[in-house]
Amino acid sequence: MERTTLDLWVGMFVVAGVAALVMLAMKVGNLGTYNVSDTYKVHAYFSNIGGLKPKASIRSAGVLVGRVTEISLDTKRYEANVVMSLDKRYQFPKDTFANILTSGLLGEQYIGLMPGGDTEMLKNGDQVKQTQSAMVLEDLISKFMYSKAAEPAK
Amino acid sequence: MAVINTIRAIGHRVVNAVWRIGVAARFFFLTLVYSGNSFRRFHLIVKELFSTGVMSLIIIIVAGLFVGMVLGLQGYETLKRYGSESALGVMVALGLVRELGPVMAALLFASRAGSAMTAEIGLMKATEQISAMEMMAVNPIARIVAPRFWAGVISMPLLAAMFSAVGIFGGYLVGVVNIGVDEGSFWSQMQAAVDFRQDIMNGVIKSLVFGTVVTLIALFEGFDAPPTAEGVSGATTRTVVTSSLAILMLDFVLTAIMFRGA
Repeated sequence: MERTTLDLWVGMFVVAGVAALVMLAMKVGNLGTYNVSDTYKVHAYFSNIGGLKPKASIRSAGVLVGRVTEISLDTKRYEANVVMSLDKRYQFPKDTFANILTSGLLGEQYIGLMPGGDTEMLKNGDQVKQTQSAMVLEDLISKFMYSKAAEPAK
Repeated sequence: MAVINTIRAIGHRVVNAVWRIGVAARFFFLTLVYSGNSFRRFHLIVKELFSTGVMSLIIIIVAGLFVGMVLGLQGYETLKRYGSESALGVMVALGLVRELGPVMAALLFASRAGSAMTAEIGLMKATEQISAMEMMAVNPIARIVAPRFWAGVISMPLLAAMFSAVGIFGGYLVGVVNIGVDEGSFWSQMQAAVDFRQDIMNGVIKSLVFGTVVTLIALFEGFDAPPTAEGVSGATTRTVVTSSLAILMLDFVLTAIMFRGA
C-alpha cells in the first residue's frame, strides 16, 4: 500500500481512539461536570456520619453544590470532621444548618445544607456549627422500643 | 523404576518451562533495548499499526456494539426487579470501562492480530528470511520485532477505548431508544458514578498491560517456533491460548489491586 494512504488510515485510527477516550472522560466520566479550581472549603463536626463517604454529594434545595472531600475522626472531640468543598458560585450564610440525609429509602447518603438568616457568608476554612447526624436504623429502633416500654400498660 | 521415570519427566517439564520463561524475559529485554532504532524509523511502526490496529477496527466496533446491547438488555431485566432501571447507564458504563472493554478488546486483539503476528514471524523463520537478515547484519529484533511490539502497545488502549465507547452507545440504543429508560437519568447517573481517575484511567492501564503481554507472547511464540509448517501452526495456537489465559488471569490480579476497597 502507498505510504500516504497508510499514514492516512493510521492517523484516522489514532484520532478515533483518542476521540473515544475523550468522549469517555467527558460524557461518561465526571471530568466534564465539576471544576476543582473554583471551590471553597468548609468543615463541620458530626457526632455520627452513618454511611457517608468521601465524594458524596452536597445538596441545597436538591441542587448539587459541592462534594465531600475528606472525612476524619477528631480525637479531641471524638466526632467526625467532614471537609466539604463547595462551588464558589453558591454562597451560604454563617448559620447554615448541615444535615446528613439519605436519598431514597436505601440510597446513598449526602449532606443537605439549609441556609440560615445571617448576613455574613461562610468563607474558606470556616466551620458549619449546626449539624445533625445521620439517622442510624438501630438507634431509631431502640428509641422506639424504649418509648414503648416506658408507656404504662393498659 | 517407573516412579523415577515419572519424577524425571516432571522435572524435565519444569526445567523446560523455566528455561522458556527465561528466554522470553531475555527476548523482552532485547526488544526494549533495540526499540530506540524503531522509533527513529517510525514508518515501520506506522505500517504495523495499520495491520494490527486499523484492521482490527471492524471486529472491535461490531463486538463492542453487541456486547453493549446485551449488557443493556440483561441489565434492564435485572434492575427492573429492584425498581432501579435508571441505574442502567451506571451498570453498562462501569462494566465496560472497568472490565469488558479492556478484556474483550484484548481477547479479540490476541486472536486477530496476535495470531497473525505469530504466523508471519514463524513463516519468516521457516523460509529463512530471518537468517538472511542476520547475514546482512540487520538485527531482526530491531527490524521485525520492536516495531510490531510498539504497534501492539499503542493500538491496544485505543481499541479498548473504542470498544467501551461503542458499547456504551449500544447500551444506550437498547436501554433508552428501544426499552425507554429515561435518557436524562441514564447519562446523569452514569456521570455521577464513573470517576475519571478511578475507573477510566485504570481501564487504560489495564489495556496497556494486556497490550504489552499479548504482543510479547505473540512475537516470542513466532520467533521461537520450529521452522516447519507444523511448528508454525502449533505456535499460532499457543499464542491464542496462552495470551487469552494470561489476559484473564492478569485481569483478576489487576482488578484486585485497583478496585479493592474502592
